[in-house]
Amino acid sequence: MKAFATLLDRLVLTPSRNGKLKLLTDYFRDTPDPDRGYGLAAIAGTLEVRSVKPAMLRELVLERMDEVLFRYSYDYVGDLAETISLVWDRESDAEHPLQPRLGAVIREMNGLGRTEVRAYVRGLLDRLDTSSRFAFLKLVTGGLRIGVSARLAKQALADLGGKDVTEIETLWHGLAPPYEPLFAWLEGRTDRPVLATPAIFHSVMLSTPVGNGDLDGLDPADFAAEWKWDGIRVQLTGFGRERRLYSRSGDDISGTFPDIIDAMNFEGVLDGELLVGGTARSNNPTRTFGDLQQRLNRKTVSSRMLDDYPAFIRAYDLLFSGDRDVRGETYVERRDRLTAIIDSSPHERFDLSPLVPFSNWTDLDALRKAPPDPVIEGVMIKRLDSTYQAGRAKGPWFKWKRDPYNIDAVLMYAQRGHGKRSSYYSDFTFGVWTELDGKDQLVPVGKAYFGFTDAELEQLDRFVRNNTTDRFGPVRAIRATHDFGFVVEVAFEGINRSTRHKSGVAMRFPRIARLREDKPPYEADRLETLMAMIDGDAAEA
Amino acid sequence: MRPEKLLFPTPEGLYCPAGAFHVDPVRPVDRALITHGHSDHARSGHRAVLATRQTLDIMKLRYGEDFCESEQAVDLGSELDVGGVAVSFHPAGHVLGSAQIAIEKEGMRIVVSGDYKRSADPTCTPYEPVACDVFITEATFGLPVFHHPDPRAEIGKLITSLKQFPERSHLVGAYALGKAQRVIALLRQAGYGEPIYIHGALAKLCDYYRSQGIDLGELRPATVERGNQDEFRGAVIVGPPSAFADRWARRFSDPVASFASGWMMVRQRAKQRGVELPLVISDHCDWPELTQTIREIAPEQVWVTHGREEALVRWCELQGIAARPLHLVGYEDEGD
Repeated sequence: MKAFATLLDRLVLTPSRNGKLKLLTDYFRDTPDPDRGYGLAAIAGTLEVRSVKPAMLRELVLERMDEVLFRYSYDYVGDLAETISLVWDRESDAEHPLQPRLGAVIREMNGLGRTEVRAYVRGLLDRLDTSSRFAFLKLVTGGLRIGVSARLAKQALADLGGKDVTEIETLWHGLAPPYEPLFAWLEGRTDRPVLATPAIFHSVMLSTPVGNGDLDGLDPADFAAEWKWDGIRVQLTGFGRERRLYSRSGDDISGTFPDIIDAMNFEGVLDGELLVGGTARSNNPTRTFGDLQQRLNRKTVSSRMLDDYPAFIRAYDLLFSGDRDVRGETYVERRDRLTAIIDSSPHERFDLSPLVPFSNWTDLDALRKAPPDPVIEGVMIKRLDSTYQAGRAKGPWFKWKRDPYNIDAVLMYAQRGHGKRSSYYSDFTFGVWTELDGKDQLVPVGKAYFGFTDAELEQLDRFVRNNTTDRFGPVRAIRATHDFGFVVEVAFEGINRSTRHKSGVAMRFPRIARLREDKPPYEADRLETLMAMIDGDAAEA
Repeated sequence: MRPEKLLFPTPEGLYCPAGAFHVDPVRPVDRALITHGHSDHARSGHRAVLATRQTLDIMKLRYGEDFCESEQAVDLGSELDVGGVAVSFHPAGHVLGSAQIAIEKEGMRIVVSGDYKRSADPTCTPYEPVACDVFITEATFGLPVFHHPDPRAEIGKLITSLKQFPERSHLVGAYALGKAQRVIALLRQAGYGEPIYIHGALAKLCDYYRSQGIDLGELRPATVERGNQDEFRGAVIVGPPSAFADRWARRFSDPVASFASGWMMVRQRAKQRGVELPLVISDHCDWPELTQTIREIAPEQVWVTHGREEALVRWCELQGIAARPLHLVGYEDEGD
């Protein structure tokens, strides 16, 4: 438990990716089985452990502590698990000789009867030190929130074993805590673990965005292009009677989409975009992401829902044909198999993602900028001879999105960054003009902390330090008037109405595209322009 | 004599009318008794100052020779008569030269403890309990959440990190007076023999500590000579916390931000400050030390000066000890 607790303490406060990887790899190497496997599960979100209600924890702490003092403490710390870990009054201050191991704690917790939990937790809190108490309380109350993705943990495993992370991804969903066969393989003690059944979620293949010059020197004849549809990525698996629909992160969403599950008439694992509306074969239009959202995250689906928002899958790849793993075949071979399957599947629930013919990159560039359907957000470019590799490798698959939106905005607030950037003001809140109380004022519309070069950051930082009008903790207000201020060009992927933000708009993925020192603040955009972008989108759809 | 007659709070600070002096006044006064050299307790501009030799020296270093009109040094443990009031200074264990001040008249004794701590510190004389009727205590860490761990274990974390990330500079934020020297001394005790780099703001005080016989090992200024940034790879650099948010910090390669402070007990505090490696090292009492000290001294009354008064007052009430907050203003937590 101690090793895991120390790891959490460091991870929470380590901003850099490499720093986190180093901490994780060291932990996996130095911690014995099965503890490290449970630690991995806790970080990757696959750990199942009996939960403890906050109310019970509060009762336990108040057995030994004045309620008023506890309230002062909780008010100060703000987090229940941390408060209890800090105020817990151990019977004795000496380090308990038997520090419980993480694996043992998990197994014991899961083996307890309902009436035994209270006494077990009390005893355990007495034996653990402060930081282990915190780790334990976080585990059993759910939600570690340590800023480490499952993906990063897998990368650390790959580093540990000198493997490629795609190999870990391929195996991942067939393994379970405490992952002993996985560690044995990574340490070279055994062969690669073998999957018992293909009826699991398989990590998906991801694309990289087309950056400057990425396509130079690539022969268009080596690639196929497909439209990039604005739905959600899903994986459909079926073997015997077992049929499942997974989201791209592996969440089982079968219950939400009975229409898809019932229509499945083949065995295998299929990769595609989940959409609502009509398939290409039904001659009804594909509907927007907003419509698809009506169907997402529902525990039960009414028949009215099913009629009003019919779901279908636009298929674009095949991982297993029957129980045969075809991920090692080329894109062309897999697509042939997929075409045959989709041909004989129900027409209103499945169609094949159409190919976009093109002969050179300029053509394709024109197509992605002006796609024929509003639900298209760009094109996908896939190498004809590429195999299906889990993860985001650069080269086999590219995504090339429609041009982002652009506006000119004025910097309003700046916050110091983290880690390497902790001495720079690098997180910027920007605003646009609108009329409030009869005069023009800036309203904040978003926040961006990347997009600029290091040299530009120096320049922004200098401006912030020289033009601060107010401070709120780590945040500085920046001088921004009609005639004086810093204008930046902000690029973003989408824009929606929002009731949560004062300005009433929320941007997707904003970043600072260019510094516009040439522009006076009064020439920056107005809120009405942003509103028109939202309305324009709606009209287009 | 009633204690409220002997000593009471005024806008300038605690005032003793019988002796016509203030204790740790926050504004210039005629006669000041100073517990220790932190700038919120020891200010310049008083006419006459009574303090330990080391506190007077530290004030001189910080404010210059003319920080007051006349100074008088007092030895720890010896008793003085100030206008008919018996005054004596006793070690507080907070920083070099720090003292508690006992004030006695007509059988009523009040101890102003200033800032103090009970845990071991190689850079100053350890705290000694002084029996009294009224004990005036700070409550900087006066909440049950504060259980400061063994400082040696905290320094161990820094040493582990130096091994784990040998290519990164380790920037340790520590207040210039007391904490910085304690961190350096703890590193030396733990067997760390490499040169330690210090920010310019620490130089005079570190020199002074050394002149008082405290071993800090080899210290070098953390200045960059052209083309020699590699010097700081894997090195420990100690500086005042404010410098780390400043442009000064940019000279170091991929630094690990560390901060030695009692506040680091709470994760969110560390996170807000962007601290990557918190070291819970405090020059103040934690909750168990505060409550243990009050139990040990067993005064008639406890007065709480600054910090989290409400929790400590509540605790005293639960123990049946009369207690009240003094609501003094002007004391920040410079020492932590």
